Amino acid sequence: MADQTSQTRAARDGVGYWKANLRLIIISLVIWALVSFGFGILLRPMLAGIEVGGTDLGFWFAQQGSILVFLALIFFYAWRMNKLDREYGVEE
Amino acid sequence: MDQFTINLLFVGGSFALYIGIAIWARAGSTSEFYAAGRGVHPVTNGMATAADWMSAASFISMAGLIAFTGYDNSTFLMGWTGGYVLLALLLAPYLRKFGKFTVSEFIGDRFYSQTARLVAVICLIVASVTYVIGQMTGVGVAFGRFLEVSNTTGLLIGACVVFAYAVFGGMKGVTYTQVAQYCVLITAYTIPAVFISLQLTGTPIPALGLFSETAATGGEGSVYLLTKLDQIVTDLGFASYTEAHKDNLNMVLFTLSLMIGTAGLPHVIMRFFTVPKVSDARWSAGWTLIFIALLYLTAPAVGAMARLNITELMWPNGTNGDAVSVETIETDPTYDWMLTWQKTGLLDWEDKNGDGLIQYYNDGSEAMAEKAAANGWEGNELTNFNRDILVLANPEIANLPGWVIGLVAAGGLAAALSTAAGLLLAISSAVSHDLVKGAINPNISEKGELLSARIAMAVAIVVATWLGLNPPGFAAQTVALAFGLAAASIFPALMMGIFSTRVNNVGAVCGMLAGLIFTLLYIFLHKGWFFVAGTNSFPDTVDGSLFGIQSTAIGAVGALINFGVAYAVSMSTKDTPQEIKDLVESVRVPSGAGAAVDH
Repeated sequence: MADQTSQTRAARDGVGYWKANLRLIIISLVIWALVSFGFGILLRPMLAGIEVGGTDLGFWFAQQGSILVFLALIFFYAWRMNKLDREYGVEE
Repeated sequence: MDQFTINLLFVGGSFALYIGIAIWARAGSTSEFYAAGRGVHPVTNGMATAADWMSAASFISMAGLIAFTGYDNSTFLMGWTGGYVLLALLLAPYLRKFGKFTVSEFIGDRFYSQTARLVAVICLIVASVTYVIGQMTGVGVAFGRFLEVSNTTGLLIGACVVFAYAVFGGMKGVTYTQVAQYCVLITAYTIPAVFISLQLTGTPIPALGLFSETAATGGEGSVYLLTKLDQIVTDLGFASYTEAHKDNLNMVLFTLSLMIGTAGLPHVIMRFFTVPKVSDARWSAGWTLIFIALLYLTAPAVGAMARLNITELMWPNGTNGDAVSVETIETDPTYDWMLTWQKTGLLDWEDKNGDGLIQYYNDGSEAMAEKAAANGWEGNELTNFNRDILVLANPEIANLPGWVIGLVAAGGLAAALSTAAGLLLAISSAVSHDLVKGAINPNISEKGELLSARIAMAVAIVVATWLGLNPPGFAAQTVALAFGLAAASIFPALMMGIFSTRVNNVGAVCGMLAGLIFTLLYIFLHKGWFFVAGTNSFPDTVDGSLFGIQSTAIGAVGALINFGVAYAVSMSTKDTPQEIKDLVESVRVPSGAGAAVDH
């Protein structure tokens, strides 16, 4: 009986863990797409008014800004997930 | 000491270092040959992956493509870094948890099908061989220059070196050698960029120099580097550097293809099997991208500054003055680089109108036609400037000291060699481990497996060299095709394998085949069958192409087809068995990950 309860709890936690992970992935990927496809390409005309070193912000995002955001995203995700692993007790 | 001797010293010295490390860490068992016994720290792994990843395409070719196109080729920068986000979030931790040696093993087990595994192996081989063709192009350019021979001879010598080198050790030799290679290549890329940035803008950090003002010349007052560059290139009838000239659809699809392809290439994914823990797999992707970003943030600066330097060298008196004279090119030491590169056949000029000057301008531009007629110009006289030589020629163009030139030659070869070796390893393990041991002869001895791995390497390099003699594009463009193929075939299967419990064996096989065949056909229709020039049915331009999409950007569409077909077929066939659902659940949580087990 006790064994069964712990099993259902583990299953429920497993679902919660996966949902939290998916939420984090979706948020991160929205930012990922926004800085590259968004600011770097499609939304560039909107940012044309903001000058950066002889050109506009969209050019900066396309050549450097997006890369810096990608880096931040990966480290944020790794940090957040490793914390999530411990919260749900699923770490190695 | 002349330049040839200096180059030889730098290239020879760096090779001695790599070979020394390879001997020191010679692979013994098959498990070490593939995955280095899983004892690699995330930072070390990140550095090695970065070296593995940054190939001739990144080092030799990319800045040249950016230099001559400007903003439009930012797609390479975003595409080849953005893929790491996908890798870190969607694949790496789960594949590490799964704990097998190769990508196709995961696909075979998850989709409980030998057919799925075989199809995955075929996809990997097609993408990897295309990738190696691009590397061989870069190897040819680098060897051609530093041995001062023709491009073709350089390519043949390079092929022998790459083969000898890859056969020497497995992953373990390669992991530590690649750390050394990373150090060589990043130093080689950064040092000339710093020098040039200081010369042009007074800023020691090239990434910042790109957006800085140029060091004031002749009381004109200072002007931004990019503004100046835009001015000079448009004066000569070329498209402006910072504006967009390509349609959004192609830019987005091309970037997406490179991103998805990054997360679907076997030699990169394999790296994440070799870290000790799932949490390390997450960090590893980040470390890899840091080491990659060091080069990628510098690359656009290298491109823009080189373009400015070249244009000013061709027009020493300004774009309204006289162009450089043939006599100056032949006698002035500042132009020596043009004479040495002419020997490789990758750079050439011709005084078409016989005025003793070499006019470099865009003869396709209507606006220039009038000016050309008024001045008696009869077409662009800098007749050939291969994009792939730009980075290697860059220190010579900027008149930097001889040792910098030698260092760059060593760096370019390090980049091409490390990736070619990593890819050959991925190809050989796919053939020997998945094809021979997994399907043809499961009882093969360890010795037989190693032998078949080496035969596969030899065949792959012969094919790649043969195709590399007449490549379908500049190094980075050929490599982009390989990414499209990986994007359309492998990535969707891996992602669905982790994020869906519903996609089954039949669905995955149909999806991969649909994605691969569609993409391959589209590429062949535009680039020629098996990349043989002249056999294409459509011109490889945006306007002439079949769907208005360039062949380099089609991988993203192939990936969508793969997802769609796999899902539709899965929904109309039998659900996955319970043990597969359990397997997927277990891959999703890190706990319980052991060391990888061999089949």
